Amino acid sequence: MKITLKVWRQKNAADKGGFQTYQLDNVSPDMSFLEMFDVLNEELLSKGEDPIHFDHDCREGICGMCSMYINGKPHGPKQTTTCQLHMRSFHDGQTITVEPWRAKAFPVVKDLVVDRTSFDRIIQAGGYVSVNTGGVPDANEIPIPKKVADEAFDSATCIGCGACVAACKNASAMLFVSAKISQLAMLPQGKVERKTRAEQMIAQMDEEGFGACTNTGACSAECPKEIKLENIARMNREFYTAKAKSENV
Amino acid sequence: MNLDSKIPEGPLAEKWSKHKFNIKLVNPANKRKYDIIVVGTGLAGASAAASFGELGYNVKSFCFQDSPRRAHSIAAQGGINAAKNYQNDGDSVFRLFYDTIKGGDYRSREGNVYRLAEVSVNIIDQCVAQGVPFAREYGGLLANRSFGGAQVSRTFYARGQTGQQLLLGAYGALSRQIANGKVQMYSRHEMLDLVLVDGKARGIVTRNLITGQIESHSAHAVVLATGGYGNVFFLSTNAMGSNATAAWRAHKKGALMANPCFTQIHPTCIPVSGDHQSKLTLMSESLRNDGRVWVPKTVEDAEKIRKGEIRPTDLPEDKRDYYLEERYPSFGNLVPRDVASRNAKNVCDEGRGVNKTGLAVFLDFADAIKRDGEDTIRGKYGNLFDMYEQITGDNPYKTPMKIFPAVHYTMGGLWVDYNLMTNVDGLYSIGEANFSDHGANRLGASALMQGLADGYFVIPYTIGDYLAKMPYDKVPVTHEAFKAAEANVKEKIDKLLSINGSKTVDQFHKELGHIMWEYCGMSRNEEGLKKAKGMIRELRDQFWKDLRLVGTNDELNLSLEKANRVADFMELGELMVDDALHRDESCGGHFREESQTEEGEAKRKDDEFSFVSAWEYTGPEKPEVLHKEDLVFENVKLTQRSYK
Repeated sequence: MKITLKVWRQKNAADKGGFQTYQLDNVSPDMSFLEMFDVLNEELLSKGEDPIHFDHDCREGICGMCSMYINGKPHGPKQTTTCQLHMRSFHDGQTITVEPWRAKAFPVVKDLVVDRTSFDRIIQAGGYVSVNTGGVPDANEIPIPKKVADEAFDSATCIGCGACVAACKNASAMLFVSAKISQLAMLPQGKVERKTRAEQMIAQMDEEGFGACTNTGACSAECPKEIKLENIARMNREFYTAKAKSENV
Repeated sequence: MNLDSKIPEGPLAEKWSKHKFNIKLVNPANKRKYDIIVVGTGLAGASAAASFGELGYNVKSFCFQDSPRRAHSIAAQGGINAAKNYQNDGDSVFRLFYDTIKGGDYRSREGNVYRLAEVSVNIIDQCVAQGVPFAREYGGLLANRSFGGAQVSRTFYARGQTGQQLLLGAYGALSRQIANGKVQMYSRHEMLDLVLVDGKARGIVTRNLITGQIESHSAHAVVLATGGYGNVFFLSTNAMGSNATAAWRAHKKGALMANPCFTQIHPTCIPVSGDHQSKLTLMSESLRNDGRVWVPKTVEDAEKIRKGEIRPTDLPEDKRDYYLEERYPSFGNLVPRDVASRNAKNVCDEGRGVNKTGLAVFLDFADAIKRDGEDTIRGKYGNLFDMYEQITGDNPYKTPMKIFPAVHYTMGGLWVDYNLMTNVDGLYSIGEANFSDHGANRLGASALMQGLADGYFVIPYTIGDYLAKMPYDKVPVTHEAFKAAEANVKEKIDKLLSINGSKTVDQFHKELGHIMWEYCGMSRNEEGLKKAKGMIRELRDQFWKDLRLVGTNDELNLSLEKANRVADFMELGELMVDDALHRDESCGGHFREESQTEEGEAKRKDDEFSFVSAWEYTGPEKPEVLHKEDLVFENVKLTQRSYK
């Protein structure tokens, strides 16, 4: 396959950045999208040019590190991660535009690499059950209906890649935040802290500069792990219930 | 050097309880006077850092990824073992211990493995309390499945994403300590040297991967939870960034490297599709619960399938060879990984491989789908089947999967005693980075168990015993030992950047991978290993003469990061070959062609090799010195492993 790539290059956070065009003549349809970048980078390196920097690690679609905005969609045309996107999803001669995630809360570090530590800080605000190691009850002491466990699991599969933010016209992080709040609110172990959790995580989300939700649903439609929009509804319910009885009004 | 494993005296089942009572404690008010560095945020590192923080220690946690949640434990699929006996099928701590020792082909320590089995039950309790959504039965209780090398169902799982769910649990606990101010998190930082003061580990030197800044961090103890070294082979199931640099540089500062030749080749991975391949993807071992492994009985049929003249589903039952079920009737498709991998290699060597390259066997779900229905199979393995289809373009509900073995896990690692401390005072190693629990072969669903056992339930106790004897004084990072280590790191980076040759890091890494896979992979022999040693040395010389990097140290520079790692792989690769050459027996994943039974199974030589090989670095280009720790078995009888 022949592919034309238009890639966002930006030396560092302070640089203005811009698109550069690259021609690839020998792309195999079996390559993953990132393997195509590997091949291009090998070429650039052997010419003494700076390779294109991009985040990636597990290449199995689970670590959430890869983050390319491809032809106007996070992770490209398929609902999957960039590392699991294969060149057979494109056609010979196609021009592909690749950008980093665009959001105020995800500043560009270099080329396609962005800083997503804002997500870590949201989790630090309460995305856990406050138990110390040891002294916990037997795992089978509290039965949990299979349906509830399965639903909690579905929310828990979020990989924290940030595609939801990149897809949203408001750069909202509601899907990411709601997935964690939902998972823990559904399980008996997480119910104890559900109110403070919802309040604190949402406050942190706002502080990081993520936008508001206007119910467009692009986040869920583009999520590589198919995190459902219902999570946002659940989060809103958690939030209002918490606020109604909150001591921090 | 005297290698003291410090296994406590007394009956096996009482060792750990007694030890916990005998070790020294640090008063809660004094814990805040001690600083601990933890490198790596996978299951072992995150759980250890969180637990230290909860106890009151000051912790600095480091990872090279952009967030601690991305460590490669996240990719573990199948499950985690625990001797809960919830299924009432005869499981017990002793049985898990026994299966693990036997599965490791009797090359691990009884004391460590028993403790692992003992604390396994606490792990599941802990994770459930954290809100980890394990699979459940309709009655609301936890579900289990079985895994290779075991005849009971003791594996807990969260669909095919168990590692992710466990890691997110540990990441949550870690995040809570970060919020509490007990853990300081340094993401996108890579450890490049260990700092010793008066023979004790007192800190590390790191590179900030964004700015290139070389920084020193001081502490009272250093814990390495940096994972395995499977990426020596270039192609493996490890993440692209997984590396051995922290462990290897600690090794060069005096920590012994144990059993480096013990690597695990996982039988169920997606086969290689071309030269562009950057990594291999694992298909969870749990698939062998329902999938049947086969190849055609004849080379002719295999050829027809390779050429696409017939479809695998067209081949009648009597022309298929379900070779695992035939050879090992009692374990069938659930034989341990090393056995399954070697058998796949053998049938492909005979010319019965089934994809274009001839390096693949079938894993067939047709019978399971007929028996249980497609929905049940989708419920169990849906995400794995989807992943397979995305990568290969084949639909495994309609046609059998193609699989082939790939490098997956390294049982070898830094030598540690019962307290998980290396031979360097104050330097600990946990999880895959150490060598302690899996012997010559790891059983499925045991890596997650070990990582969390070490991090949640072992090191929080044992590190106190060391710290209790340490003065509170801190070593300033202006100390000459830190300055020397920083200078050493900078010199190495400058050297790499100034070679200005013609070949890229990846080219060198691929060549190293080819050598290792060819001569130090699934089967090894003296001649090949000797040849490999020469080839690696030559490649290493070339690397330092002909490497080409672009850019500077003072920026995000992915190829410089990689060059640092590959430089260490080149040295570690040679040690793996030395170790494989020295161990003139077959055991577990280490198969020496010279030492096999008449049926072609691995043949141990217990009289000569019942020991841990621990290698000591003696200087650049000097041979490493071998130290032996004898393995003593008081509770199990050594037998030829049989899964027939």
